[in-house]
Amino acid sequence: MKERIIFGFDPFVIPFTLGMVFIILYLLTGTTRIVLSLSNSERVSLFKSLFSRSLFKSIKEIFTDVLLHIKIFKRNALLGYMHSSIAFGWFMLIFIGHLEVMLYTPHRNGVLYYPVFFRFFVMETNETLRGAFFFFLMDLFLLIVLTGVSLAIYKRFRSIKLGMKRTSKHKPGDKIAMIALWMVFPLRLIAESFTADISGGSFLTKGVNKILFNFVSNHDYMLPVWWAYSSVLAIFLFALPFSRYMHIPTEILLIFLRNAGIKSTSSRDGFAETEIYSCSSCGICIDACPMLSVEEKSKYTTVYLIRLLRRRKSESLGAVNQCLMCRKCVELCPVQIDSCRLKLLKKGEVFQNGVFNHNYRKDEVEKKEQSVNIKEQDGIIYYAGCMTHLTPAIYTSFIKILKRANIPYLFADEDGSVCCGRPLILSGGESSAKALIRENTALIESCTYKTLVLSCPICLKVFKENYELKDVRIIHHSEYIDELISKKVIEVEMSDMSAIYHDPCDLGRGCLVYDAPRRALSKVVALQTIDSEKRESICCGGSLASRKFSYSEKREVASDSLNTLIAMDPDLLITSCPLCLKTFSSVNRKETLDIAQLIEKQMIKH
Amino acid sequence: MTADVLVIGAGPAGLRSAAGIAAKGYKTLLLEKSDTLGGHLTKWDRLFPNQTKAEELVSDLIDQLGETLILNNSVAVSIKRDKMGWFTTKLLSGEVVESKSVVIATGFRVFDATRKEEYGYGIFEGVITNVDLESYFKGGKFGSINNINPSKIGFVHCVGSRDDKVGNPNCSKVCCVSAVKQAIELKEIFPDAEVYCFYMDLRMFGRGFEQIYLDAQSKYGVRFIRGRVSEVSQNSSRVLVVKAEDTLSSRPIKISLDILVLMSGIVPCDENKILLNNSGISISDDGFMMPADSFLNTNRSNIDGIFAAGCIKGPKTVPEVLNEADSVVNHVDRFLRKAL
Amino acid sequence: MSKFGFEIAKDLRRDLDCSDTLLFSYVKSRQPDILKCIGCGSCSATCPASVYKQTSFRRSILMLERGEVKELKSLIEGCMLCGKCNIVCPRGINTRDIILTINELFIENKL
Repeated sequence: MKERIIFGFDPFVIPFTLGMVFIILYLLTGTTRIVLSLSNSERVSLFKSLFSRSLFKSIKEIFTDVLLHIKIFKRNALLGYMHSSIAFGWFMLIFIGHLEVMLYTPHRNGVLYYPVFFRFFVMETNETLRGAFFFFLMDLFLLIVLTGVSLAIYKRFRSIKLGMKRTSKHKPGDKIAMIALWMVFPLRLIAESFTADISGGSFLTKGVNKILFNFVSNHDYMLPVWWAYSSVLAIFLFALPFSRYMHIPTEILLIFLRNAGIKSTSSRDGFAETEIYSCSSCGICIDACPMLSVEEKSKYTTVYLIRLLRRRKSESLGAVNQCLMCRKCVELCPVQIDSCRLKLLKKGEVFQNGVFNHNYRKDEVEKKEQSVNIKEQDGIIYYAGCMTHLTPAIYTSFIKILKRANIPYLFADEDGSVCCGRPLILSGGESSAKALIRENTALIESCTYKTLVLSCPICLKVFKENYELKDVRIIHHSEYIDELISKKVIEVEMSDMSAIYHDPCDLGRGCLVYDAPRRALSKVVALQTIDSEKRESICCGGSLASRKFSYSEKREVASDSLNTLIAMDPDLLITSCPLCLKTFSSVNRKETLDIAQLIEKQMIKH
Repeated sequence: MTADVLVIGAGPAGLRSAAGIAAKGYKTLLLEKSDTLGGHLTKWDRLFPNQTKAEELVSDLIDQLGETLILNNSVAVSIKRDKMGWFTTKLLSGEVVESKSVVIATGFRVFDATRKEEYGYGIFEGVITNVDLESYFKGGKFGSINNINPSKIGFVHCVGSRDDKVGNPNCSKVCCVSAVKQAIELKEIFPDAEVYCFYMDLRMFGRGFEQIYLDAQSKYGVRFIRGRVSEVSQNSSRVLVVKAEDTLSSRPIKISLDILVLMSGIVPCDENKILLNNSGISISDDGFMMPADSFLNTNRSNIDGIFAAGCIKGPKTVPEVLNEADSVVNHVDRFLRKAL
Repeated sequence: MSKFGFEIAKDLRRDLDCSDTLLFSYVKSRQPDILKCIGCGSCSATCPASVYKQTSFRRSILMLERGEVKELKSLIEGCMLCGKCNIVCPRGINTRDIILTINELFIENKL
């Protein structure tokens, strides 16, 4: 291809080039800083991961998440298209631009601005194959990006059409970058249309050239338009680190670090910084958040919290103390930021053991009296937990099931016990909780059975993650009941009632138990399904993690969740958590039951 | 059907109002949702302060009904005023009653103690309510229990009352004195049993009530523990284990009991809400009907010509209910005379 | 009382005129629910820590209100933040927030 401008330079490229230099330096410094702030073992893992299979995983994820936004597609096709058309389209424009330079003007390889302003500097008609092919591709991707940008503009006014009831509010840095970004592609189109008749173009640029012929034929206007294009790019690049668009480069670093097995260990630095800057402010977490039932709490949702953490604002602690820790935002985040982990880390950084002293017992825990011969290994240890003692229907029903099934069991905390420790951990006191964990470990180890059944998902999660019980299988009572039914140890009969099952946050998203309760329930009731179930279930509001929610505010969350659950008016609401049971039964006019209660009712008693 | 006055509800308030209005010569129609007259009084054995038999009171009230027409098994769903000033009351069956005035005396509902899950009503055999206990006194079963020789009995005050968690912040007024009365009655039947009352406050507001309290302590040896029961469980010999705090000595306590009586309170009735909402009659946030004002017009509603008596406006003792009924009779009479 | 020649005993009465309400005001400003307590004792009754230690939420906020803060540590130190008191409170008081606020008071050495 022939060059139109001999020296391959025009002053208009200066703004863009300055912007690129700035951003490249910024990214290099940032990446170095983050890698340096990692611990030694993390750096070693990162290094190793680049030479292992996780490299391919990272590259694949860059394609599916950063460019194609598959996760967002799954939520709403139009929203996914909007994000991916801009991301992938722009990526292809840059990529093909570089290809063009490499193939046709290789002497300009390495010139930062050349691929971007190719059409200004190079002449080619679309009568040659390469002209037709490359110009067509470039125009096609430019069209794709432009459709994305128009959807993005539309989304600012009518976000509901793209499946989002609310979008995130913008800060000044975001607004400047966003408007600059929106202007980049229309300006590129006009600029390239100018040169369409002298440098060559394809269907789009030539088309615009014809439509705006009076304007574009006057070559006095050409340079100003290219200046405008370059300047707008420069504004975007300079504004990038102060805006949400920083997520574009940061997400790539995040994917590599995450696939190296690195997790956040502080709420702001190291890996956490990568997570925080990877947040694109897409706003999907806002609609997901159960806090929205109380209008004023919308400012504490994850996207705004991450902004507060980013700017190291002290208000971030206030926001962290509101969160119900239901993990729905983590589940739905297209960038997979573990914001709940960041919140816990923040709480942990602030929590100090000022007054607490959890050393209770000085003597050995006595061995619990066995109910059967010690040689029976098939028994279970049943640990009801604090909350289950306030809902005796749950443990009495479960024990009745065990008795009917002739399963030997030890009710470990029949006379009460020390709390499992998770509420203390959720308040940031993970180190303080060690004393409680010691107590309960001694209690469980004093029982010889090897299966530990829990009724409360909060206990389940902490026993699985924070306790070290040797060779003990830890499951929830709904899973155990499912096993009893499928192994035909107990028999149940179908009732004529319809029911909806609520996935408790800590059992569902927390421990990934979704199907076992449903399997058991489908044998006794006609189970309904709703969209907001399994990983997308809505929190009941009873969470212990929120320090600041008042009782009436929790009730509002419970009412809204309930309305979603009983939209099809089932006879029963079934749950598998004592806290959910208590929370929902106070707002539900119809019956709320735990899964153990229902199964016990429907058990065939010969 | 037409009448001069329609009285909705045949509990003590409705019976007394209807009797008084009929005695004044008005054509009175008394509506009752069940097939018996007397309301909650029919479930009660004896009434404080002097152990009057409830069924005697009910039969006295019924005897006074005179010319009142009675319609059983009928539920009123809405009351609307027409242009002529008559009230049209629609029933659930579809029938319609036209009257010149209406008295709403639909009363209350007893709090469903299963909603206080931590007390185990319906789960543990020994846990019963005050209503179950009264039916035992009348000769019925002791709830679902076989043990009719309890040695340790407890009463839990304020079940379903003064409790944000079950949605009723109000005090139900009558349960404290009822609990002490029932404690004495149990002691009379089982003189060797230990009887405990777990209370937050002891509201002995009426004449003679402090005497009942004094008798319970000195004559019958009922023990009073100031502390709200938080949890009930059952040990291996099926005996109830109750946890409370003895706030006066600042120590948590546990005690095993054979029987635990839950003093379920007076809460608004859902059917009332439907009737009042459909008729445009004001309801307070707590679910009870809001009278026209708090002093001079407590028996009138916000609609001229519709009056109300009894516990539909909140917890009351039986003498207070009967007094309100008498007062309503006068209000209705004045209203109807003005209308002529 | 004038000196008699006997040893004069200390006045054991809690003088409400001189009670130190500064710390109570501090907690009250962070969590006004503390004013709602009726002293029913449900919290202390259900507390798992009260079995092993002198933990009593009811007594601790009473002592805080009376300005008697020397006892406060022993009344709160066993708390595991389990939240059972939160569930049973009939006035819907946010008990855990108050406990964590008192903990912060200790850390800031106000107590």
